[in-house]
Amino acid sequence: MKKIEAIIRKSKYTAVKDALHEVGVSFFSYWDVTGVGNEKEGHVYRGVSYSTSDIQRRHLSIVVNDDFEEITVKTIIEASSTGQVGDGKIFVIDIIDAYRIRTGEKGNSTLN
Amino acid sequence: MELLTINNVWMMICTALVFFMHTGFAFLEIGLTRQKNTINILFKNIFIITAGLLLYYIGGFNLMYPGEFNGFLGFAGFGIDAPLAASGTLDLAYNGGYTYWTDFLFQGMFAATAATIVSGAVAERMKIGAFMIFTILYVGIIYPIAGSWKWGGGFLDQMGFYDFAGSTLVHSVGGWAALVAVWLLGPRIGKFKNGIAQAIPGHNIPLATAGVLILWLGWFGFNGGSVLSADPELTSLTLVTTCLAAAAGGIIAASVSLIRYKNLDLTMFLNGILGGLVGITAGADVMTPESAIIIGAIAGALIVFAVSFIDAIKLDDPVGAIAVHLICGIWGTLAVGIFSTNPEHTFLIQLTGVACYAAFCILASFLIIFTLKKTIGIRVSEKEELEGLDAHEHGMDSYPDFRLNEH
Repeated sequence: MKKIEAIIRKSKYTAVKDALHEVGVSFFSYWDVTGVGNEKEGHVYRGVSYSTSDIQRRHLSIVVNDDFEEITVKTIIEASSTGQVGDGKIFVIDIIDAYRIRTGEKGNSTLN
Repeated sequence: MELLTINNVWMMICTALVFFMHTGFAFLEIGLTRQKNTINILFKNIFIITAGLLLYYIGGFNLMYPGEFNGFLGFAGFGIDAPLAASGTLDLAYNGGYTYWTDFLFQGMFAATAATIVSGAVAERMKIGAFMIFTILYVGIIYPIAGSWKWGGGFLDQMGFYDFAGSTLVHSVGGWAALVAVWLLGPRIGKFKNGIAQAIPGHNIPLATAGVLILWLGWFGFNGGSVLSADPELTSLTLVTTCLAAAAGGIIAASVSLIRYKNLDLTMFLNGILGGLVGITAGADVMTPESAIIIGAIAGALIVFAVSFIDAIKLDDPVGAIAVHLICGIWGTLAVGIFSTNPEHTFLIQLTGVACYAAFCILASFLIIFTLKKTIGIRVSEKEELEGLDAHEHGMDSYPDFRLNEH
């Protein structure tokens, strides 16, 4: 099992979610995050220019069986890329085990 | 009798509108500051209106309108004492425009405004206790004495100085104190880095916008009521000049800001509207609509330059109170000497009035705030300022379900 952590633009969230559903990845968790990165946003407030590197993004956490890793990553990249700085990153992490709380079963079947 | 009833109803509506301006001030101030200080600012605003009214009852009204006096300082006694007719009912011959009670309440609503102006300028770093003591002294004593010089029939009134609804008497009186307070307090942590002004964005711009529109509405009463009757010509002219100046102030401030900074800054737009309103207040009943537009427009331009000038001299005024109330208050008062349709209003006398108020208000506010600084202290600790005045001065959170930003 793999955990795929993707940090994407908020504006691309709906596109990514729909694309993942199409390839059969239908459940995951997400939350909004603030981070710093290469992208800088320029602002002017009451005559004072400032740039903030605090960037708002959406963080997706998706646990899939090994055979789904490639298609999940590919789908996220295709759906969320704009080609501009600040598109985000994807991390893949090994998951040791998984349990379904309702039934107590463990292993790959918990992700079906 | 019927005319008095109509006049009095108008004056009570205006009283209510001026009261409502405190909502506008509160919204504007919290909108242009950070959420960690919201309770503190609201607390100050609520304290000002409640304490202000009581203080005006205790001594303010009779200090501001002492009747016959030497022109500089008079006092007609504590409390308010309504004149009675022979039959034992209220003496309606008191004034053709309003009753004694309306007079007290309308003027009482004005009194609190002067301290509200200071509240915004010292936001996010002043000790609440020190601010409350300052408010009591400034609203209870200084504002009424200053007011008596003109509206109470004092020496400036006799000299021919004109301030219709308070560009100087309310706005500059508050503005001078704001200037002194900001200077003695010092800037917020993080406002200046290596001598360069930094942006500390306000946390709720929609609320600031609502605040400005509420203030504009309140100004219908502030200026409209300053006619002191429902005189059909003067009240309607006053509302026209007031609104045209507000509109011109906003448009010009936004335009100048766009040309100077290449962005459409809503907060400058909002401050420009207020600048136009403050500017027209001194002469709203003696202007042609064209003059009102010019006065508002110049006030709007002044705002943009004043905000950056105040930054440049290392003063930190989070909501632009000094630019709006002091700079535009002075401009509006002087503008009466330039644009008034009444030839008796002259620039020199207007300038004399501005100078008298500057000297008195700077001296009085310096004495009060400097004494507070040397005794109980006026500034919260660094830890309190960084973590927010809400948590330390009040032990409360204005939006418990929202996460705080780190800046």
